[in-house]
Amino acid sequence: MFESLSERLEGIFGRLRGRGRLSDADLDEALAEIRSALLEADVNLAVVRSFIDGIRAALVGEELSRSLSPGQQVIKAVNQQLIRVLGGEPLRIVHASVPPTVVLLAGLQGSGKTTTSAKLARWFRQQGRQPLLVGADLQRPAAVEQLRVLGRQAEVPVFSEATDPVAVAGAARGEAQRLGRDVVIVDTAGRLTIDAALMDEVRRVSEVVRPDYTFLVIDAMTGQDAVATAEAFHTTLDLDGVILTKLDGDARGGAALSVKGVVGRPIAFASTGERLADFDQFHPDRMANRILGMGDMLSLIEQAEREFDRDVATQGASRLLEGRFTLQDFLAQLQQVKKLGSIGGLLSLLPGVPKELKQANAVVDDRDVARVEAIIRSMTPAERDDPTIVDGARRLRIARGSGTSTQDVNQLLRQFRDAQQLMRSPGMLAGMLGGGGGARGARAARALAGMTGELEGVGGAGGFDLGELGSGMGSLGGVPAARSSAKGGKGKKKKGGRVTPKGGH
Amino acid sequence: MLPELAEPPRLRDRMGRTRDRLSGYLRGIRSRGAIGEEDWESIEAALLGADVGVATTTALLQDLRQRVRDGGLRDGDALMSALRQDLCDSLTSAGGAELQFVPGATNVWLFVGVNGVGKTTTIGKVARRQVEEGRSVLLAAGDTFRAAAAEQLGMWAARAEVDVVRGAEGGDPSAVVFDAVQRAAARGNDLVLADTAGRLHTKVNLVEELKKIRRVADRPPGTVTEVLLVLDATTGQNGLIQAQQFLQAVGVTGVVLTKLDGTAKGGIVVAIQRELGLPVKLVGIGEGADDLVPFDAEQFVDALFEDAPIAG
Ligand SMILES: Nc1nc2c(ncn2[C@@H]2O[C@H](COP(=O)(O)OP(=O)(O)OP(=O)(O)O)[C@@H](O)[C@H]2O)c(=O)[nH]1
Ligand SMILES: [Mg+2]
Repeated sequence: MFESLSERLEGIFGRLRGRGRLSDADLDEALAEIRSALLEADVNLAVVRSFIDGIRAALVGEELSRSLSPGQQVIKAVNQQLIRVLGGEPLRIVHASVPPTVVLLAGLQGSGKTTTSAKLARWFRQQGRQPLLVGADLQRPAAVEQLRVLGRQAEVPVFSEATDPVAVAGAARGEAQRLGRDVVIVDTAGRLTIDAALMDEVRRVSEVVRPDYTFLVIDAMTGQDAVATAEAFHTTLDLDGVILTKLDGDARGGAALSVKGVVGRPIAFASTGERLADFDQFHPDRMANRILGMGDMLSLIEQAEREFDRDVATQGASRLLEGRFTLQDFLAQLQQVKKLGSIGGLLSLLPGVPKELKQANAVVDDRDVARVEAIIRSMTPAERDDPTIVDGARRLRIARGSGTSTQDVNQLLRQFRDAQQLMRSPGMLAGMLGGGGGARGARAARALAGMTGELEGVGGAGGFDLGELGSGMGSLGGVPAARSSAKGGKGKKKKGGRVTPKGGH
Repeated sequence: MLPELAEPPRLRDRMGRTRDRLSGYLRGIRSRGAIGEEDWESIEAALLGADVGVATTTALLQDLRQRVRDGGLRDGDALMSALRQDLCDSLTSAGGAELQFVPGATNVWLFVGVNGVGKTTTIGKVARRQVEEGRSVLLAAGDTFRAAAAEQLGMWAARAEVDVVRGAEGGDPSAVVFDAVQRAAARGNDLVLADTAGRLHTKVNLVEELKKIRRVADRPPGTVTEVLLVLDATTGQNGLIQAQQFLQAVGVTGVVLTKLDGTAKGGIVVAIQRELGLPVKLVGIGEGADDLVPFDAEQFVDALFEDAPIAG
């Protein structure tokens, strides 16, 4: 519906191009467009005003520049200003000299605190720490139960008592010491900033637990209210930073700019999906790109490199090329993707991915992959090797075992068969390897990908090549090229789709 | 026995916590003889600050400017009244707040929306209210994905003293809804309130899953009489895209605007009604079982202008 900020700016620059230097009228027009674009991206009105003033100041000073076209001048100024407002270096966690390091999460209802607590716990574990999750949300029905389930997934113990939030928080440090945990993450109930009693409660929670870091958890879809909310929490809790959630959607995330603009504390972490792995430190320069619609490819590469097991991927790819790709291989690939985090989250970070493709990519989602995984897991090794032996009785058994229906099983088998057939047919590989060309290749990729949804050639078994992706990044300085996954038919390395973090797999 | 239901709180009471702080400047416009550029800017700031959005705000103001030019609106008071009227008209043009119910049928009301907006809580509240109105309610725990989602709904079911049909965690949500409809029909419940997992409208497969849930729910003996999009009042411009996508996918029939007890104004529903013709039916104003009221356009519009930001 709304054009992205970068599309908007490109529109302006297109008109400005080749008209010599920036005239006052040009500048006004550009600034007016930037203003609406920022507002449409949900940047707070007051923040937009000072933002625009900053850009104007920068551009006025630079008006004599001869090296840049007017368009380049404006985009450079906007980008610099975005990065300046969003903050310099990413936040570095400095651990308490006497453990535990205590982290307190607060925010409005539904902003994602509980999930974020667990993600943060997983993140600390990856840093070699031993976190303890503390459930101090005794308000929302089943919040502590949710935290316990998530704690199990993150393999982190959870402490809570049915007393009151302040008492739970008060006992948290002692509990951490008793269990030998060196990081404590306190999940609190969502609260409105105008609820004086609850704001006072969270202040007392903070007083007793003495956090080293207090983070405001805020939804990336938040509109103008982000400023009021951030200010109020900052006044009450003296925030150290902000965690931005639900960035896997299509909101431009202007709230990031708003919050940073008024609170002046860094955005520390960003959450990009429902899986615990969909979480990482926030990089201001990359967020500027995201708001501009240029994607966040550096995060993507880092996340991919951290989680991706190249050997498994390569093996799967070579088997695919040899035409020996079985459901067992497919399962191995699924596990890869499970580690990687959501493909949707990843691809949304990619610059220049065309809209249709992002939509197609969004098709693959955690829960479908979970279903596929469950089905394959309910098959015997023989069945995985040769699905043609699956008859009615076996089908029923597999459906029962995986908690799915026989239709689901059928669908998976049919799609797998189609994909195999296509892969065997001549020209298919050429299509897949030929860089996004052949309709056949695309069809094969789609057929395979269809096993986890109807994804078209992205992230599905059609695969995309992370190495290639990485090397291509250098050329991406804002070039809206439809590279990367659009050509994702390349069969060298492959993976399946997305996997839910659900326990028990 | 259900505890006595408190007198339903009025939207204004809950939303009006900051009422007396109605932006002095906007109030000042009312007493203005001539309308100046600053006045327009203040009105614009108020609308933008309430998340009404650039396009809708521009359209509203263009129309008003024209009417001022044409001499139809002569002073500040007339202007503010016209603006208020325009907003109310937009907000009611899509129809009223009543919830559709077919007597004698197994009605299904489906609650959809992105993560964390208040779907489950709203179901708890609606269940309570519908039981009060004499309907026989059954809940369907159609969120089989999020950790402890069914437990959460179960606690609301206990509060409203209704039953809840649950499925296996990670199981097929449409199977749960199917089950609930069957059971409701067998037991003579006339209203099934179906919870669904929060999902971003961008995740095509999850949207497909939702379509399936809706299809299954609509199979006889079930009949889907409401598909309610739950929208958090703090949501910015993305709310319009959410509404559009959910409308297209599952034929949303109305919006439930939650968390209007906070500082957020929820102005995106103006755009949603204007662009998509979707009425707001219910408003969530707290976390308690009683904190749900029918949408009232006038109260909503008045609240939009409370505490509005000042143009600068
Ligand atoms: N203040 C306030 N809080 C609300 C309102 N409605 C819901 N909440 C709170 O918002 C939070 C999220 O509500 P849920 O009902 O769990 O939201 P949901 O949409 O079911 O969430 P998911 O199923 O996780 O997507 C809870 O803490 C609720 O208590 C409201 O009208 N006002
Ligand atoms: Mg829910």
